[in-house]
Amino acid sequence: MNPLFINAVYVVAAILFILGLKLLSKPKTARKGNFLSALGMLIAVLVTLLSNEIVAWSTIGIGIAIGTLIGVFASRLVALTAMPQLVAVFNGLGGGASLLVAWVALFGSTDRLVAVAVVLSVVIGGITFSGSSIAWGKLSAILASKPMLFWGQKFINAVMLLGLITCAVLFTLDPSPTSPFLYAIVGIALLLGILTVLPIGGADMPVVISLLNSYSGLAACAAGLAINNVILIVSGALVGAAGIILTNIMCKAMNRSLANVLFSGFGAQKATTKVVGSANPITPEDAYLILEAANSVTFVPGYGMAVAQAQHVVHELATILELRGTDVTYAIHPVAGRMPGHMNVLLAEANVPYDQLLEMDVINPKLSSIDVAVVIGANDVVNPAAREDETSPIYGMPIINVHDARTVFVLKRSLASGFSGVDNSLFFNVNTRMLFGDAKQSISALISEFKN
Amino acid sequence: MEIVLFALILALAIFLGFELISKVPATLHTPLMSGANAISGITLVGALLAAGTGPASADLATWLGTAAVIFATVNVVGGYLVTDRMLGLFKQRDKPNETND
Repeated sequence: MNPLFINAVYVVAAILFILGLKLLSKPKTARKGNFLSALGMLIAVLVTLLSNEIVAWSTIGIGIAIGTLIGVFASRLVALTAMPQLVAVFNGLGGGASLLVAWVALFGSTDRLVAVAVVLSVVIGGITFSGSSIAWGKLSAILASKPMLFWGQKFINAVMLLGLITCAVLFTLDPSPTSPFLYAIVGIALLLGILTVLPIGGADMPVVISLLNSYSGLAACAAGLAINNVILIVSGALVGAAGIILTNIMCKAMNRSLANVLFSGFGAQKATTKVVGSANPITPEDAYLILEAANSVTFVPGYGMAVAQAQHVVHELATILELRGTDVTYAIHPVAGRMPGHMNVLLAEANVPYDQLLEMDVINPKLSSIDVAVVIGANDVVNPAAREDETSPIYGMPIINVHDARTVFVLKRSLASGFSGVDNSLFFNVNTRMLFGDAKQSISALISEFKN
Repeated sequence: MEIVLFALILALAIFLGFELISKVPATLHTPLMSGANAISGITLVGALLAAGTGPASADLATWLGTAAVIFATVNVVGGYLVTDRMLGLFKQRDKPNETND
């Protein structure tokens, strides 16, 4: 097949990716956008298979068959609450593939420029692969989700970085696919991925996943430079940029810099300022009486709703309230959950229409006119300390101002602090009522009150 | 000259990525991320070339290339399908005049 034709088809594929991403930005067209993007991928793959260079069909066939099988089953069977870890796995595999592609490129060419691109791809791809594996472990609770810190961490990282640079220079001076320096680079990159994600706590995972998403794109881009392939460069750069934007949005939503998220071990220490006071517990029967009289109710979900799998009962309760004429909304904080948009997907699964979900900036001015705000498994993102207490570690983080609502229900197992380790003064406010227990059971109890 | 062209393409693609993504509403962040992740599976194209260039190249290259094909295929197939599954769940509030029956 003529290389010119192949490149022309790559241009069409790139256009489809760009159109796909554009359509993905509106709920109505998003599904079509994803389809166009998949179509672009299909034609890029098909035209590559027509290339004259490809002769070993059996290995390719086996590889595609195994990969397709795993991909189909994983995407169909994994529960939606487990989306963050699934996306982490896919990210990691993409990064790993780019590492391998760049490595194989050395068998064809040991040009100095190729070697530089190979080093970039191997390092970024390796960090993406092992970092995503650790993120997967933390998100699926195989590893402890709290930040893991150990003595001399910064020193060890610095030494490894230095070693990495040394090996990279030595490798580029004499590039070969079996160079011991290349093996060392692969090893150090994998270790770096592990050691940089381990110290990051579970609630900071939205940032980590966005960043790893960006890395998987950059790794593909570097692999494209190594094998002189334009479609890899363009698509990889698109994804790399997209991931950086998301990372930035997540950091802003926590009022923290990327460096602070990555290196501070945030949440490892318990904050010293204690909130004193007495919380007001409430029974489902009394909560029902307040809800029944409310004209407007807003639900504020957090990671706890995902853990309790409470999204379906929340929607059931919301439907009952709406049928009684109550105005129901949902207030979504950008970093609620374990990945960007996590709450939105869970509520969509429970058939909550997306136009009922309001972003933080939209709901905040309205909260003072809301009768009841129901906080379900969210903590730091509704902590007034972020606004009032200048000494608090979370000071400055934008929050959902539920304390402005006339009454606040907090569904929670205990008065414990959230991920940040900061006690939540919201629990002790005069207008707050604590509905202790498992969120799903508490809401089910409310529903049965309404049904009686 | 080629390296200059590549650098130019790279810079344009990055700017385009910034422009495209900065307008996405928060509600679509998860599908956007998994959809973008599927695109990064484009490395499959490189993996096919790596695995398929044949018996002439070393054994190690074939093994590495085949592993790359498996990894990238999972990324591509799984990524697009799961994005589609999520997007299929997003619904607007029912409007009485837009029912299907």
